[in-house]
Amino acid sequence: MSTLDTIPKTKQESLVEVLLRLGDDRLIHGHRLSEWAGHGPELEEDLALANVALDMIGHASSLYSYAAKLEGKQDEDHYAYFRDDIDFKNIAMLELPRVDFAFTIAKQFLFSAFSYFLYRDLIDTVEDEQFNGMLQKHFKEIKYHLRHSREWVLRLGDGTEESKKRIQSAFNDLWMYTGELFDQDDTEKAAISHNLYVDVTSFKEEWMKLVKETLEEATLDVPDNDQYMFSGARGGRHTEHLGHLLAEMQFLRRSYPDAEWK
Amino acid sequence: MNKKNQKTEWPLWEVFYQPKDGKPFEHAGSVHAPDAEMALQNARDTYARRNEGIAFWVVPSDQIVASTPEDVGPFFDPANDKPYRHPQFYSVPRAVKKRK
Amino acid sequence: MDTQQQLDEFQKRIDNGETIEPKDWMPERYRKQLIRMMSQHAHSEIVGMLPEGNWITRAPSLKRKMVLLAKVQDEAGHGLYLYSATETLGAERRELVEDYLYGNAKYSSIFNYPTLTYADICVIGWLVDGAAIVNQTMLAKSSYGPYARANLRICKEESFHKKQGYEMLAKMADGTPEQQRMAQDAVNRWWWPTLMMFGPHDSDSPNSAELIKWAVKTKTNDELRQHFVDRMVMEAEAIGISLPDPNLKYNEETGHWDFGDIPWDEFWSVVKGDGPMNRERMRARRKAYEDGEWVREAAMEYARKKKLREGKAS
Repeated sequence: MSTLDTIPKTKQESLVEVLLRLGDDRLIHGHRLSEWAGHGPELEEDLALANVALDMIGHASSLYSYAAKLEGKQDEDHYAYFRDDIDFKNIAMLELPRVDFAFTIAKQFLFSAFSYFLYRDLIDTVEDEQFNGMLQKHFKEIKYHLRHSREWVLRLGDGTEESKKRIQSAFNDLWMYTGELFDQDDTEKAAISHNLYVDVTSFKEEWMKLVKETLEEATLDVPDNDQYMFSGARGGRHTEHLGHLLAEMQFLRRSYPDAEWK
Repeated sequence: MNKKNQKTEWPLWEVFYQPKDGKPFEHAGSVHAPDAEMALQNARDTYARRNEGIAFWVVPSDQIVASTPEDVGPFFDPANDKPYRHPQFYSVPRAVKKRK
Repeated sequence: MDTQQQLDEFQKRIDNGETIEPKDWMPERYRKQLIRMMSQHAHSEIVGMLPEGNWITRAPSLKRKMVLLAKVQDEAGHGLYLYSATETLGAERRELVEDYLYGNAKYSSIFNYPTLTYADICVIGWLVDGAAIVNQTMLAKSSYGPYARANLRICKEESFHKKQGYEMLAKMADGTPEQQRMAQDAVNRWWWPTLMMFGPHDSDSPNSAELIKWAVKTKTNDELRQHFVDRMVMEAEAIGISLPDPNLKYNEETGHWDFGDIPWDEFWSVVKGDGPMNRERMRARRKAYEDGEWVREAAMEYARKKKLREGKAS
């Protein structure tokens, strides 16, 4: 949704909007994770990161497919390859460059924890059968992502001096992007009125508790909440990183749009 | 090789998986992992990429006790002359055989 | 020292078609050759992630992106199976890895070529994985049990690798003029390096005879290469792709396709480290290994502290 778009009015418009928000988060996150393939800290972790990336891109693909069906677009690729950065609705944290393993793990943990509570509540709320079916299937995988990233936060936090320094600085750097997770806009309010979304602020405390407990167990400091918080990415106000990510992701498909690439 | 370059290596674990509910566990292979929890996760990420298993066991490789080739005679030959332990030893009426 | 009697008995087992297991007696030279060959195979899987990984972020559809990522991930898995199999011979993964990162161990030269267009990804699936499957199908019957089992598992998983490449290449060969151009160009670049994957001619392959005697391999480099060429000629024709060899000709007498001279000078120079991507591949793998050190260390340190705490608590 760019700043030029209007708030969805009909139930279907709301549904498409929600599908794209969830889909964009997952595509962009999966894309960044996929950059690790062949460069992981150990073979086993290379496999693990690729599994999460595959889950994420797979989730995005099925969410987009459903949106394409509703909107009469050709297929899921329309949303991934033929929209510009101001149209993408993902939160900004996910588009940040991968930096190092600690940064990836911290981001993975914060986002998985958020997804965990979001999907848990969405499953109880969403009446649309096809959408709910996807949520249930994806929820199982999200639980594993949370477990995997949480275990790594503990190991890096309570590991060596170097690992602690790295993961602490990752959380410090990421913190200003966590505010956005719980920004509720009119689009979400409209979706809530159609039972297609939930009030994210309702689980903010649970999320904070999980994050706090994990960081404390990992002997890490919880960054200060009283700081500048980035906002607006869901409405198209992204960081500069997304444009570069999309330039790479979309170039081939856009260079030859009439060719068959599936 | 320059030994100074040698970096940390996680211990080796043997992975066993259960292909389906009710089936016995089979050896899948090995993984390296720093501890039991990560060994389980690595087993899942390595050996369940195609839904090969629904449950896993992981065991530190150095905890596996195996028979040696010298044991082959004394361990297994005595069983060779005990056909009555094998179900194929018994003849079953054909009608019964067909029912699976 | 291995006595003649031991060697004879071992050879008898091999000739009987028996499988050798880790704890069985084996000639020192058999063990050494296996470690060399198996770890080289493992390194190849790992370095092989890089040329294909180069296109994951640019794959032209979500489907192709997932297929490619799953394939590159499988290669990590295959490397892992092969290192594990090598570890049954008493080697450590870390030692093996450092042998190719900082020492003299080799990996397949094919991965020292760049992937320039997306068609390269399709051609790697079709030709490179096609060649690997020919080789690994043979190795799945290798005399050393753990190696045979690792290859069997790899073959099962890899059949989709070749299929997806061939399928997409067929689409490109039948696609827009730009796609056709990319497809043919990629085949032109990869054809000869792929034929080199089977190794030097039997007459120039010092290890071959010994490996065959011990049934680690059951076919020679030239036999495998011929089998591959015969098959690829058919597959290329079926999708309207031409192979860059003017001397390709069906030989009525032998029932095989004759082919031109392989540029062996190029092969030896790439093996020795002078290929277009050797240095970059090594830099990327060393960086991953060295950047990973603090992660591996942290996890070990956490495990140590946790054990200590548990010990105190009980």
